[in-house]
Amino acid sequence: MRIEANGIAIAFDGTPILTGIDLALRPGELVGLVGANGAGKTTLLRILADLLPPAAGTVLYDGKPAKALGRRLLAQRLAFLAQGGGVQWQMRAEAVVALGRLPHRRPFADLTEADRTAIGNAFAATDASAFRERNLDTLSGGERMRVLLARALAVEAEMLLADEPLVGLDPRHQLEAMALFKRIAAAGTGVVVVLHDLSLAGRFCDRLVLLDNGRILADGPPAAVLGDDNLARAFGISVARGERDGAHFVLPWQALNHGEAN
Amino acid sequence: MSTAAIPSPASDRMSYWRLVTLLAAATLVMAALSLAVGYARLDLVAALGDWFAGRQSLPALVLVELRLPRAILGALVGFSLGLAGAAMQGLLRNPLAEPGIVGISSAAAFGAVTVFYSGFAGAFALALPLGGIAGALLAVLLLFALNGRGAGTMTLILAGVAINSFAGAMTSLALNLAPNPYAALEIVFWLMGSLADRSLIHVWLVLPLMLVGWALLLSSAPALDGLTLGEDTARSLGFDLTWLRVRLIGGAALAVGSAVAVTGAIGFVGLVVPHLLRPLVGHKPGRLLLVSGFGGAILLLAADTMLRLMPIRPELKLGVVTALIGAPFLFSLIQRLRREA
Repeated sequence: MRIEANGIAIAFDGTPILTGIDLALRPGELVGLVGANGAGKTTLLRILADLLPPAAGTVLYDGKPAKALGRRLLAQRLAFLAQGGGVQWQMRAEAVVALGRLPHRRPFADLTEADRTAIGNAFAATDASAFRERNLDTLSGGERMRVLLARALAVEAEMLLADEPLVGLDPRHQLEAMALFKRIAAAGTGVVVVLHDLSLAGRFCDRLVLLDNGRILADGPPAAVLGDDNLARAFGISVARGERDGAHFVLPWQALNHGEAN
Repeated sequence: MSTAAIPSPASDRMSYWRLVTLLAAATLVMAALSLAVGYARLDLVAALGDWFAGRQSLPALVLVELRLPRAILGALVGFSLGLAGAAMQGLLRNPLAEPGIVGISSAAAFGAVTVFYSGFAGAFALALPLGGIAGALLAVLLLFALNGRGAGTMTLILAGVAINSFAGAMTSLALNLAPNPYAALEIVFWLMGSLADRSLIHVWLVLPLMLVGWALLLSSAPALDGLTLGEDTARSLGFDLTWLRVRLIGGAALAVGSAVAVTGAIGFVGLVVPHLLRPLVGHKPGRLLLVSGFGGAILLLAADTMLRLMPIRPELKLGVVTALIGAPFLFSLIQRLRREA
C-alpha cells in the first residue's frame, strides 16, 4: 500500500505542530522518521495512520481517502504501534499478541489456523516466544516492548507504522529489531519507524525523513539526510563519523552551543 | 516439549464456556433458593401444582405474586449491574469504575425521587420506575451530546461526576423540602434499594429494556479487548470509539437505569463482581462481560436471600447489605492495587 500525504498542517492550541508536510511512503521501503523532541514525529505518524485528522491537507491510501477504504480494511492493511504502549489489564503475552488479529476476525469467532500462524510468527520474529505464557506485568520494559511489537506484526499489514519501537530494548534486541524491520521491508511491507538512535537509523533505514519544528528539513538516503548542517540545525549536535565493513555510520558526539547550531 | 504445558486455544475457549455454564447454573440454583426462602412457610411443590392447575390458592399466589417477581428481578438487576460494571471498567480501563460512574444510576434515582415528591407515585403502579427510566435517559442525552462533539473518555468521566453530584444534590433538596417526615423516610428507604413487594408488572417493564441494554453491552466485547492497549491502538485495529461509547453508555443506561428504577440504588455489585471474576477469564475485558453478569445475579440473589434469613425486622435494605459485603472487598482491592503500584 502507498500512503501519500499532501500539504499536511496541524496546530494544537494555536501552536503549529506540523506545516506543509508532503510525504510519500512506498511498499518495500524502511523509512526512519527522525527529529528532536517536539519536532512533530508522533503527530505525523498518527495522521499517517488516520488516528488524527489534519487541520489541512490530505492523506491518501493507494490513492483513496481512509473513508473510502473503510475502517476494517484499513486496519487489516495498516498496523500501528503506539509509543510506550501500556497495557491496562494483566493479560498474558499471547492474548495481547492475539489482539493484532482482531481486524481479520469475525466478532466472537475462534482464532483460525491463519491467526495462530501469524501469532506464532510474530512471537518468533521478536524473540519473545519464551514469555508467551507470562503475564505482561511480570515482564521487563524491553520484553514488554517486544510483545507489543509482536502484536503489531501479528496484523500482517502491508504498512507498519511504529512509534519509537526500540525504547527499552537492550543493544542486541535493538539490532535485531532493526534487522527485522529491514527484513519485512525487503519482503514488500512498507515500514515507518520513529527513531532517536541516529546510528541505527543511518545504518538500517533505506530512507530518512528529518523533521525540524514541524517541517520536513530533509528526506532522502541516510547519507544525504545525516549531513553536518542538517544535524546541527535539527538537533544542535555534531557527530563523529566512521566506517565498518564498508558501511558508514554516525555517532552523536557533542551538543553545540546555540550560536553554532544555527 | 514445552508446548505440552501450553493450553491450546480450543481448551482455553472450552474452559471459558465451562465457567459461563457453571455460573449460569449457580444463578438458577440461587434463584430457586430465593423462591424457597421467605417469611411464609411455603410448600413449593404444592404451590407449583396449584399454579399449573390454575387454582388461585394462597401458596400459588405467594409463589407467583411475591416470590417469583423477587427472584426474577434479583437475577435481572444483578446481571445488569455486573455486566455494566465490567463494561464500564473496560471502557475506562480502570478497575475502580462502576456502572453508575457516568451518572446514570444517580440520575435514575433522582428521576424516581421526583415522582415520589410530586405525588405521582401513588397515581399508578409504574409511575416510580418510569420516572427512574426518564431520569436515566436524560443523563444519557446529556452524555451523548458531549460524546457527539468528540469528547474523549476523560470528558465522559468528568461529565459523570457532574451529573452524579447534581442528581445527588437535587435528591437531597427533595428530602430537604419534603412535606412531612414520612415522605422523607419513604424516599430514603426507597433509595437504599430493595426487591421486596415488586410484581411481575415490574419484570415486564424492565425486561425488554434490559435485554436491549445487555445486547449493546455484550456486542462491545471485541472493541473492549482492542481498547486494552489504549485508544490509538484500538482505533488502529478498526474500532470506532465514538460508536463504542454510544453503545456502552446507551447499554448501561438501559440496563442499569431500569434496574435502579425498579429497585433503587444498589451499590458495590457492579464494582466488586468484575474484579473478583477478572482473573478467571485471563483478565480479558471482553470475556469478563457475560461472566460478570452471572456473577452479579448470583451475588444479588444471595444477598437478598440472606437478608430474609437474618432475624432482623423490618428486613434490611438490599443496598445496605450489598454495601456491607462490598466494602471489605473494596478495601482488599485498594490494598492490592497499592501493592502493585
